[in-house]
Amino acid sequence: MSLVLKDIRKSYREPDGKRLPILNISHFELQAGEQAVLLGPSGGGKTTLLNVISGITAPDSGSVILDGTDIARFSENRRDRFRAQKIGFVFQTFNLLGAFTALENVLLGMSFSGRRVNRPHAVDLLTRVGLAHRLDHRPSAMSVGEQQRVAVARALANNPALLLADEPTANVDVTNQQTILTLIREACREHNVALLMVTHSMEVAGQFQRVDRLSDFNQPEGTP
Amino acid sequence: MNLVNIAWKSIRQRSLASSLTALSVALGVALMVTVLVINSVVTKMFSQSMTGYDLVVGAKGSAMQLVLNTIYFLDKPIENLPYSYYQKIRNNSGVSHAIPFCLGDTTQDGRFRIVGTIPEYFDIEYMPKHKFQFQPGGGIMKDPFDAVIGARVARSNGWSVGSQFSIAHGGNLEDVHAEKFTVKGILAPTGTPNDGGVFIHLDGFYMIPGHEKPLDEVRERDKAFGLEIAEETPSRERRTFQGPDGKVYKELPDSQKEVTAILVRVKFMTFAPMLQASIKKGPLAQAANPIAEIGKLLRNIVGNIRTVLVVMTALIIVVSGVSIFVSIYNSMSDRRREIAIMRALGASRTTVFSIIIAESILLCVGGGILGFLIGHTLVFIASPVVEARSEILLNPWAFELDELIILPALIVLATIVGLVPGLTAYRTDVARGLAE
Repeated sequence: MSLVLKDIRKSYREPDGKRLPILNISHFELQAGEQAVLLGPSGGGKTTLLNVISGITAPDSGSVILDGTDIARFSENRRDRFRAQKIGFVFQTFNLLGAFTALENVLLGMSFSGRRVNRPHAVDLLTRVGLAHRLDHRPSAMSVGEQQRVAVARALANNPALLLADEPTANVDVTNQQTILTLIREACREHNVALLMVTHSMEVAGQFQRVDRLSDFNQPEGTP
Repeated sequence: MNLVNIAWKSIRQRSLASSLTALSVALGVALMVTVLVINSVVTKMFSQSMTGYDLVVGAKGSAMQLVLNTIYFLDKPIENLPYSYYQKIRNNSGVSHAIPFCLGDTTQDGRFRIVGTIPEYFDIEYMPKHKFQFQPGGGIMKDPFDAVIGARVARSNGWSVGSQFSIAHGGNLEDVHAEKFTVKGILAPTGTPNDGGVFIHLDGFYMIPGHEKPLDEVRERDKAFGLEIAEETPSRERRTFQGPDGKVYKELPDSQKEVTAILVRVKFMTFAPMLQASIKKGPLAQAANPIAEIGKLLRNIVGNIRTVLVVMTALIIVVSGVSIFVSIYNSMSDRRREIAIMRALGASRTTVFSIIIAESILLCVGGGILGFLIGHTLVFIASPVVEARSEILLNPWAFELDELIILPALIVLATIVGLVPGLTAYRTDVARGLAE
């Protein structure tokens, strides 16, 4: 799946009523199966960009074109369904649901896609991230590294075409950082999933062929 | 995983709060089930137990009191009627059966009413298509000092055929008649007040000293009501009977006999209101239609009490619903992130709204089912106690059709109380929720 952003503008209303521009991107592109890192300082709009790409937030204007379809024109419901089916999300804080076991967290991702819940596939994903013995454990009983691996399995549950990763290694220890990173990259490569990873770690960015600085193509205060 | 699974997981995560809120619903439903079952049993008891008779005739006064006293053995007798009045009713060509009742006395322990009546009483259906049956080894009373007792009296007092007992005059436990009556028959359970009745032969009732109306009072009454002045029957014309104690008892002159009430069955239903009107015109008596009086009782008293109880229990369930609302609503701030995660995974606003509604319905319905079990267990446990202490036969397996309304009502209530928390989930800002 290719991703193209065109003339994206996004701002938020401040308490005093003024608009605070966050994104102003005239063009950004990611090819199918391509892996890229997006570098940028905290508060620079990285997370907002991921939210716009995933359809969580609608841009004020512009197009988010995924495989030729502009999802910015979709209704919210359609964006939700599209996100569930086509986009995987790995968060910095894992965002696993505490009431559910590892397996159920993965199944949960499937259940919102509108497709049949594929339990063997969920078990297979967890096995491939090395958690075959942790299927019925809740997140609270797992290490942070294990939790992030569950989050990776969940993100891949619906066979997405695009994986968005928001600082996925920021909250894990050094030992697990590389494991998680390798896991994500290999999984994406294996399934030809495009990967856009947001980070502020140069160490992480150094492992990618394509490294983009958000500030290079986002000029919220003026024309980029 | 479907919405119900997801909702169930959320409930389990907050197991203590969820259990307590479900329990509050359960207690409300249990109370309502108990009220409905008991109300139904009481209503059935009042509305069915004496439809075998068309009219109850007694002294002027409260018609309700007359019916309650004669048919349900409740309340005090109003006054008595002359025996001649009973004879007059009995001889009326439109009357098929006239059963005299002499009331006022009790068993020696004061627990059961004594009913002086005639054996014919047991030949007549006490309810449509229900005739009295006797327990094995016993039968109808024949001699003046014979008695027939209800099933509950036999069970409660441990009396069997051949048992003898004395009676307390006017229910005064310090004024016990010396005469003994012998149990000749025990009625099979009827589920009516007859189960708590001690029926003695009318002839025996009149042979007991103190049951005759003094002649001067008879004359005074006859004069006051313009009746034919009674003359004392010559002693030699009266029958005698040797009692179980060996003493010889003499029959009371008719002029000194009285009856408390007369149960009347007419030959044609159209005759009942005519007879009722003609009795009402006279100075002495009234005739009450038992079905109409009980209808009034059910509408005006029992019905109102039932309404109050049902409304109160409904309010308890509503309060339980509010507690579900509070429980879910309070959890919403903690769950904003959880909902945002679901939304980020692709759940639509409608989906997260539905999850919250499903959660509310699960709590309400789960509590409701638990309440049904508790309510019917209470009825099951209480039935022998209620039966032992009252005239009420409580079927431990009783199920009321009204109960079927409770479950849909709970679902509606759950949907209503889930609306606000559901809308909070619906409106959750995903980006903000994820950032928390």
